[in-house]
Amino acid sequence: MKKLLSLAMAGMLVFSVAACGSSDTPAASDDNTAAEATDSTEAEETGAEGTDAAEAGSTAEGGVLKIGGIGPATGGAAVYGLAVKNAATMAVDEINAAGGINGMQVEFQFEDDEHDAEKSVNAYNTLKDWGMQMLMGTVTSTPCTAVVAKTAEDNMFQLTPSGSAVESIAQPNAFRVCFSDPNQGGASAQYIGENKVASKVAVIYNSQDVYSSGIYETFAAEAANQGIEIVAAEPFTEDSKTDFSVQLQKANEAGAELVFLPIYYTEASIILKQASTMNFDPIFFGCDGLDGILAVENFDTSLAEGVMLLTPFAADAEDAATQSFVSTYQEKFGDIPNQFAADAYDAIYIIKAAAEKAGITADMSASDMCEAMKTAMTEITVDGLTGAGITWSADGEPSKAPKAVVITDGAYAAM
Amino acid sequence: MKKLSKTTKSSLITYGIVALAYIFCEIFMRTGHMSSLMKGILVPLCIYVILAVSLNLTVGILGELSLGHAGFMCVGAFAGAVFSKCMAETITVSLLRFTLSLLVGVICAGICGVLIGIPVLRLRGDYLAIVTLAFGEIIKNLINVIYLGLDSSGFHVSMKDAMSLNMEPDGMVIIKGAQGITGTPSDSNFTIGVILVLITLIIVTNLVHSRTGRAIMAIRDNRIAAESIGINITKYKILAFSISAALAGAAGVLYAHNLSTLTALPKNFGYNMSIMILVFVVLGGIGSIRGSMIAAVVLTLLPELLRSLNEYRMLIYAVVLIATMIFTWSPSAIELRERFSLAKLFHKEEKEVQ
Amino acid sequence: MSFVSYLLNGVSLGSVYAIIALGYTMVYGIAKMLNFAHGDVIMIGSYVAFVAINSMGMPIPVSILISVAACTILGVTIERVAYKPLRHASKLAVLITAIGASYFLQNMALLIFGADTKSFSSVVKMEPLQLAGGQLNISGETIVTVAVCVVIMICLTTFMKYSKAGHAMLAVSEDGGAAQLMGINVNGTIALTFAIGSALAAIAGVLLCSAYPSLTPYTGAMPGIKAFVAAVFGGIGSIPGAFIGGILLGVIEILGRAYISSQLADAIVFAVLIVVLVVKPTGLLGKQIQEKV
Repeated sequence: MKKLLSLAMAGMLVFSVAACGSSDTPAASDDNTAAEATDSTEAEETGAEGTDAAEAGSTAEGGVLKIGGIGPATGGAAVYGLAVKNAATMAVDEINAAGGINGMQVEFQFEDDEHDAEKSVNAYNTLKDWGMQMLMGTVTSTPCTAVVAKTAEDNMFQLTPSGSAVESIAQPNAFRVCFSDPNQGGASAQYIGENKVASKVAVIYNSQDVYSSGIYETFAAEAANQGIEIVAAEPFTEDSKTDFSVQLQKANEAGAELVFLPIYYTEASIILKQASTMNFDPIFFGCDGLDGILAVENFDTSLAEGVMLLTPFAADAEDAATQSFVSTYQEKFGDIPNQFAADAYDAIYIIKAAAEKAGITADMSASDMCEAMKTAMTEITVDGLTGAGITWSADGEPSKAPKAVVITDGAYAAM
Repeated sequence: MKKLSKTTKSSLITYGIVALAYIFCEIFMRTGHMSSLMKGILVPLCIYVILAVSLNLTVGILGELSLGHAGFMCVGAFAGAVFSKCMAETITVSLLRFTLSLLVGVICAGICGVLIGIPVLRLRGDYLAIVTLAFGEIIKNLINVIYLGLDSSGFHVSMKDAMSLNMEPDGMVIIKGAQGITGTPSDSNFTIGVILVLITLIIVTNLVHSRTGRAIMAIRDNRIAAESIGINITKYKILAFSISAALAGAAGVLYAHNLSTLTALPKNFGYNMSIMILVFVVLGGIGSIRGSMIAAVVLTLLPELLRSLNEYRMLIYAVVLIATMIFTWSPSAIELRERFSLAKLFHKEEKEVQ
Repeated sequence: MSFVSYLLNGVSLGSVYAIIALGYTMVYGIAKMLNFAHGDVIMIGSYVAFVAINSMGMPIPVSILISVAACTILGVTIERVAYKPLRHASKLAVLITAIGASYFLQNMALLIFGADTKSFSSVVKMEPLQLAGGQLNISGETIVTVAVCVVIMICLTTFMKYSKAGHAMLAVSEDGGAAQLMGINVNGTIALTFAIGSALAAIAGVLLCSAYPSLTPYTGAMPGIKAFVAAVFGGIGSIPGAFIGGILLGVIEILGRAYISSQLADAIVFAVLIVVLVVKPTGLLGKQIQEKV
């Protein structure tokens, strides 16, 4: 019986290998052509060949630009990955309807990585087999750090919408849309110090999350300069992120006037609820991760009254771009978009701007595109949902100003 | 020529399968007929095969249910990665560096195996399972709070945060608490992976077919009888358990050198991973080394091959798990299979001839 | 005063663990299997209650009843489809099937309800109790959870002791084969156990989400594992054991988080479990099984 099972398994294995073998022949040939293309560019007569090819490309209706996306679509972080997937698809559809990038139609494919570094690399390889030419991802920081090492090897252009850890874009081919963690931590401490919001601060952060602990560390470093006293720094972990009674009580006993929450809104919604149950009423101050708290289904928004956050995007901002984005997104997917969705939407338009600047054509190899995009990224200025006049430095960091907003009457209001 | 014994033949077939698979993959890779996905997944496949075979030693041969196998993998991974990161500049030959870090990882995991084995193996059945789960979680939790830095004055350790390491400015943070280790040199490749798989197989099959192996299986089949003929239960149990742990450590070292980030998340080193490995072992046939090998390969590839189904793929994975179990074990399915199985038909004919 | 307050939080968390652990322990006692999908039944129960209250506008008691009914049906269905064919198979095969069922429920919920967090509004409309001049604050959820937990424990013990079905359960858990020979419907009894366990899971889910109001497809996983630990802690198969184990686990977790390290709280819980099991290998109230030659 065991033999039978192992036979069946072996059969399955042979079948699967065969399936792989057959399915990847076109991809492999793609690779080959890409390699040939790089070879030819390295040869002397690049100029002539390149323009020829470009003309050929533009006559054939501009060709297709394949952009890949990676993020968690299942698992505990799925909410972020799905938001990115939806918003990016929406942006791609809009661009295609308006004639594409340099006449090229854009194809977008999103692969699930379950918020796991290993799965993320698998997803990246799957996308390469599909013929991806640029990567918009990955959504979360740790997988992003793993994928960046691979994209650098392949010299593939990568723009992460929301991978905020310093290491996530450690390679020259990688850029990001969101703020880096140190940037947010420092800015929060400066804001609190300069505006004299509070002098005794407690921090509740997720020590297992790169985003959260990264912000906490820079916040703590900057707080010392701003004369802010951190009276309690209470970490929590992935396994214990449903009960914050202990952390809140410690903050309360330490006499904190302000609780800094460099965490995501899911946990923050529980913290607000538990704080109100125990009659602890400090100022809550958060970063961009808190955006989306008002959109949590069935959340009692009165609990979030007076919460301050430093965010580049607020779903109920007054400007026309945000409003049309939010209403289209809501119409298509049924939820109010969070900051991840806005980052991804911007990311696709940033790729468009840079690709137009760099004169990307569909027949360029991924590596050539990367070289051209790298230069173009430092030259463009983009007005997006998550900031106006965003520019990039060569190390991939965006430069944009965070907006401080406060929640009043169940809506974000600028401060 | 001396005729090969049945067991030697069986082990040789197992090694042969690995060698053949390796040659096929190399040919496909060299001729450019392998997709990037397959290329990328080869090393993880080796990792999971090693894990499944080593867990089979505990579950199949020793007969104890362990739910903490990922914990040993975690110890091996972190020990190996710390070593490689410290030695990245001192030892520049990547193969030598990897071999040494492999030794470090294996020894650390083996020591953990002995230390944990002593209290754990006193228990039995589900209680043993839950205690191994507990140890796995403790290991993961402890690694998550350790901050380790290296500067000119030596190592600095803290359990609080990176700032309290008090390092000199030239220092390097090696383990950054829950954010783990980044920038481990990627010293592993498919060839190294396959060699490790072969070494694991040789160790496990030789152990099983040795005097020691027979003693271990005697304990599994009847502890009291084994004890009455003078087998030292504790010694053999701990021996099997720590070898299994050390091999998991080797898989961990391979894991650490395959990706540039290493974090002890619930997903990759928590009980979920231990359960995944257990699924390989059970699905491949408890005690069957070749079976665990094949199951590990098939079940790792399955979710990747189902990618085109998007959000339905994990659902299908779950259904496949349940269906395979019912198909293999349920009495009515067994009856159905026997009725239509080829072996049975041949058997009948034989009988008729007789 | 803060110690008392931590203690109360611990008892509140522990009571939720205890209710889940009761379901675990009953199923284990009778089917001798670790039902890994139990935590996910909790999650489904919470979703059903959430939809009933918010989308269908049902009154809270009706919603809880709907959730209990849905979970009961779900539990019995899982038992019938996934576990019953494996009644006489290897223990490990059943364990893997249970894990498969757990993945199935999680991914099903992900498809139906989506990945985004739902904020569960508390079903407890009680004002918090102020003691010692406002220094001590006991939330309505804590009071209700502890009360419900005690009531369930008493009901279950009485049921097992005095009802015919309870006796049948005890008989099946003692020796399934002999029980069958005595005319007990073994399959029916096991199905009933799953029904009760899953109904408890629904109640636990509603209470869990009332106290910690975020609902995702993965809400049940960690409490499920912790409750499993609690059940083993108290001696798996024993009803008072599950209750004591749950409460102790909650208290240790909260006190560990408050006084030692909030990151190591889980490690402390597991370390205490190991010490207890090494000293008393079948848990606090577990029965010592005599080994036969």
